[in-house]
Amino acid sequence: MEKFKTITSTAVPIQIENIDTDQIIPARYLKATDREGFGDNLFRDWRYDENGRPKQGFVLNDNKYRGSILVAGKNFGSGSSREHAAWALADFGFRVVVSSFFADIFKNNALNNGLLPVQVSDAFLSLLLERISSNPHEEVLVNLDVQEIRLLSSGDSEQFEINPYKKQCLQNGYDDIDYLLSILDKVAEYESKTLRT
Amino acid sequence: MSKTLFDKIWEKHVVDSIPDGPDVLYIDRHFIHEVTSPQAFTGLNKRGIRVFRPERVFASPDHNVPTINQHLPIQDKLSRLQVEKLTENCQAHGVKLFHLTHENHGIVHIIGPELGITQPGQTIVCGDSHTATHGAFGTIAFGIGTSEVEMVFTSQCLLQYKPKKMRITVDGELGQGVVSKDVILYIIARLGAGGGTGYFVEYAGSAFRNMSMEARMTVCNMSIEMGARGGLIAPDEKTFEYLKGRKFVPQGAEYDEHVEQWKELFSDPDAVFDKEMKIKAEDIPPMLTYGTNPGMGIPVDQPVPGRAGEEKALEYMGLKQGEMLLDKPVNYIFIGSCTNARIEDFRAVADLIRGKQKAGNIRAYLVPGSKLVERQIDEEGLRGVFEDAGFEIRQPGCSACLGMNEDKVPKGEYCVSTSNRNFEGRQGPESRTILASPLTAAATALNGKITDVRNLV
Repeated sequence: MEKFKTITSTAVPIQIENIDTDQIIPARYLKATDREGFGDNLFRDWRYDENGRPKQGFVLNDNKYRGSILVAGKNFGSGSSREHAAWALADFGFRVVVSSFFADIFKNNALNNGLLPVQVSDAFLSLLLERISSNPHEEVLVNLDVQEIRLLSSGDSEQFEINPYKKQCLQNGYDDIDYLLSILDKVAEYESKTLRT
Repeated sequence: MSKTLFDKIWEKHVVDSIPDGPDVLYIDRHFIHEVTSPQAFTGLNKRGIRVFRPERVFASPDHNVPTINQHLPIQDKLSRLQVEKLTENCQAHGVKLFHLTHENHGIVHIIGPELGITQPGQTIVCGDSHTATHGAFGTIAFGIGTSEVEMVFTSQCLLQYKPKKMRITVDGELGQGVVSKDVILYIIARLGAGGGTGYFVEYAGSAFRNMSMEARMTVCNMSIEMGARGGLIAPDEKTFEYLKGRKFVPQGAEYDEHVEQWKELFSDPDAVFDKEMKIKAEDIPPMLTYGTNPGMGIPVDQPVPGRAGEEKALEYMGLKQGEMLLDKPVNYIFIGSCTNARIEDFRAVADLIRGKQKAGNIRAYLVPGSKLVERQIDEEGLRGVFEDAGFEIRQPGCSACLGMNEDKVPKGEYCVSTSNRNFEGRQGPESRTILASPLTAAATALNGKITDVRNLV
């Protein structure tokens, strides 16, 4: 996994609440057996019409808005456990998703793929959405070390939470599998003590 | 110290705890399907390692499979490759596979319980958010992503933070025509699509005690639809009776020993929950959803509310604030999915439609959750009832729940569906899903328009 420190980027605003993982990537695009290429179908049905033509008015089709930070409405990533949602966002080029609330499974999936979910207050989310919508050149700084998100032009900022273990994993590019492989003897010991079917 | 059922099961499964970090949680049962497992197997292969405890992993292809002509090769090339990949991976790693033509094939969350793979007190995961279904047996069961599938393959463990606990108590008697699906849709409408996020739910009270195991599974199945990681119900005599004699359950004296242990699985009377919610069963009517998340639910006889922020959802659904869903013409109904595709669902539907005909405008899909359910439908003579009524019985799979296989609802059409999600495009691009119970779906099929089943029973 790629290490994560700080990111400074313009941001892409999607002012929609309850964006579920079926919107991030519809089920009919989950048929691949590898992890690559899902970005092409990110937000497929909002982004393209039934003939595959880009839909006017959807932010990813608006060249003004670019960057590695996605800012979205409350309760992002609800629904299916499909990790393809996190893969699609990362494959498209996002490294950070900002919202005022995340669904649990999505949050874990994102963290396991070096995609940082940044949960901010409703007020700060409104401010971010307003600023980046009205000024696509507005730069946002996300600093994982000090757990802060900042609007560079005005200095408005907010702290965000991340659990210390996951923070360390992101900073160092470790994943849970490396850790789990190192404790297999403990697992075997647990199994031998705790007979179960 | 007093403990919740959740705490009791969790604590028994902690292998180790990382200081200031998550617990290493042992996983008893790992279900896999074709969509969320291939990348995890690839990860193992890249590291040159094998599944650590293959005897604890059970596989069935369900999301992508056709629901007709299952004896023939799968037509859709990508679907076929994904299903073949599952077979290949299971063979290479020694994982038990219920392949498409196996007598026990079916949706993972249907076959786990019906084969007795699911048992009280277990921890159960699957790369599928409806894994919470298994909570009906008093298990900690939850959905995981593919990276986590790989972790369980690697070590039979997951790194997990303990969630908060919520208890939802429903006491009293459900009214005529009101079933477990209505109960869970009512709860989700009260809490909202994100109201359970961060929590694991215990369902308690006489309404759940009075439910069959299959009805309890419908409730637990939809826990994720309010954002909860999972939901569970303490096992009781009904649980033990249901499991007795099933294929993967110990038999005879050994079974009795297990039951004695399972009887310890309950929340202590003074156990403390982070959040409590109490509901009277009598207050719950047949429910429908009107929007694009399962929290947007209303009683069948109430108008569409149209709260602030719901404009986009109503536009998608082609509905207006104040409009009645009752008597609205619809052309599709779907009875199936891991929520409502068990034999009791089909028995209840058969009882309602026996000797009647579906309306001319209706296309009615009935999709059993497993080969076993399909055989029961035949053995109990229900197939004839459905066919006489003009309903279409298909073969087991996830079918029209998620618009991934051939079974889809066309653009712009409404479908009264017993599945679990009404997201935009869930049943096919621009399809419009109205979630409801099997009884409401069947009653709607008879009338060709949305029907209050209380007027038929």
